[in-house]
Amino acid sequence: MPTRIQKEASEESLLLNMGPSHPAMHGTIRIMLELDGERILNSEVEVGYLHRGFEKICEHRTYFNLLPYTDRMNYVSPLINNLGYVMTVEKMLGIEVPERAQYIRVIMSELSRISDHLTCLAAMAMECGAFTVFLYNVKAREFIWDVIEETTGARMTTSYIRIGGVRADLHPGYKAVLKKAIVETRKVLKDIHGLLDKNKIYLNRTRDIAVVSPETAISYGWTGPCLRSTGVYYDVRKASPYAVYDQLDFEVPLGERGDNFDRYMVRMKEMEQSLRIIEQAMEKMPSPSPSKLMAEALEPAEAIKASRTKRIEKEIKLSPNLEGSERQKYLDILGTDKKYVVPPKEDTYTSIEGIINHFKFFMRDHGIRPPKGEVYFSVEGGNGELGFYIVSDGTDRPYRLHLRAPCFHIVSALEEMIKGRYIADVIPTFGSTNMIGGELDR
Amino acid sequence: MEKKKVIEELRQKFSEKIKEVTVQFGDEILLIERDSLLDIVQFLKDKPYSYSMLLDLTCVDYKGQEPRFEMVYHLFSIPNIQRLRIKVRLSEKDLQIDSLTSVWKNANWLEREVYDMFGVNFKDHPDLRRIFMYDGFEGHPLRKDFPLRKRQPRIPLRK
Repeated sequence: MPTRIQKEASEESLLLNMGPSHPAMHGTIRIMLELDGERILNSEVEVGYLHRGFEKICEHRTYFNLLPYTDRMNYVSPLINNLGYVMTVEKMLGIEVPERAQYIRVIMSELSRISDHLTCLAAMAMECGAFTVFLYNVKAREFIWDVIEETTGARMTTSYIRIGGVRADLHPGYKAVLKKAIVETRKVLKDIHGLLDKNKIYLNRTRDIAVVSPETAISYGWTGPCLRSTGVYYDVRKASPYAVYDQLDFEVPLGERGDNFDRYMVRMKEMEQSLRIIEQAMEKMPSPSPSKLMAEALEPAEAIKASRTKRIEKEIKLSPNLEGSERQKYLDILGTDKKYVVPPKEDTYTSIEGIINHFKFFMRDHGIRPPKGEVYFSVEGGNGELGFYIVSDGTDRPYRLHLRAPCFHIVSALEEMIKGRYIADVIPTFGSTNMIGGELDR
Repeated sequence: MEKKKVIEELRQKFSEKIKEVTVQFGDEILLIERDSLLDIVQFLKDKPYSYSMLLDLTCVDYKGQEPRFEMVYHLFSIPNIQRLRIKVRLSEKDLQIDSLTSVWKNANWLEREVYDMFGVNFKDHPDLRRIFMYDGFEGHPLRKDFPLRKRQPRIPLRK
């Protein structure tokens, strides 16, 4: 089947394929170039290589068990995806989230944002030849993922933020790990500023290349760091604050020219602001209610055996990731409304009410059932405004779920950005758009 | 400018074209006639309303209802920090609507996605092709009558 560019190209010009898998680019995307020598006359971007039918799958899953799919959208910052989806459902249900959970959510989404920006800049710099920057960035990202891993138990597919709160409390020794991550990331950021800001090779390849005016950016629906690099002040965290962002002090860095270098610079400055947010959130976070001594608590097997004859009054030891017990932690991090929250495991195994709650939550056509209607909610993702549009028909699974993927809008401008430039300019330009296949193709 | 005032002025200017204004979960929803879509979005895009960004464009298939399809547009005004949802109902027999590509550039890809997933035709779209699915894919996957595990016929090797 001939593509558009094959039909439109003039006979003298050369057609060249970049991608779907190209050694100098990341992500599966095909860019067809119509060339006159090295200059790009026209181009066509073809997407869809990573299309997995996210929206179709979600229509067949319950509100609770489609959460892991959201991890796989923007797989560099899965926690923000979790947050966006969960807050959309919470908006429908009208749930209040415990304050400590709000702060944990903010810390987690800022950590994800840093790892997202680090990955983007690492790939962009590496493709321009700065391999050291790539290694430094990936090193800093490891420290951040250590924090995420210790708390959520996974590096990428976290499914950590749940409807009503978060799955587990922060790891007991999180403060030391988090402080180390902040120190190391600051060091790396300083190094990268030193390596790239006045680097002639890097400047030649990014300064005044792929300049996008604010009007064009808005017309393409750009959001996030790419829109801010053109000088438009719009950040979902400031415009319509969610979680506890209105109680934290941070700035929104803006660019001036809207070229590749500004997109790099805005991301660098944003990471610094994210670190500031994390530090403040650590300070302001309400401390957890003191956990009871679990020395006298029952072993799970004993408790289950005893529960067959009488009601258990003592505490039960359970799930080490939650510091010995789930139920007493729920007040701080998950809320206790049985309609929306998975019942604590010690209740499920030892009491009849617990087991009824469990089945009411997981049985088909029971569980979380938002009222009829439709809702749109957005959070500030790594690439920009990450919005979920959910239509509910009153059953336990969404009638329609649509993801507003920020990088879909950004990549749709790629054809215009590279028009009239050289082939070599495609690489840093594409890098600066931060295309994430999972989010783009859904 | 307040959102209530915007809706009030829209009602005055396009009285018969606006069929319904509802509020769900705190969001205003405007249901409008199909033929007035371009006029209304252009009116909203201009100052002082400045809904200059097309945030999102999608479609919902209400199978078994008439009209069956519903186009959903999310507009955003940066100076006023407001979102507005506009909906247009489309019947299955006459499944076409004006393209917004002349107003917003990202409408190009977004409309291609809706065409791919639902089979809605966009009048005056410059390049209406599938975007995620390949050429030769049969059916429109996000329609409610498309089974989750439907198999596709093999496509011939390209020469």
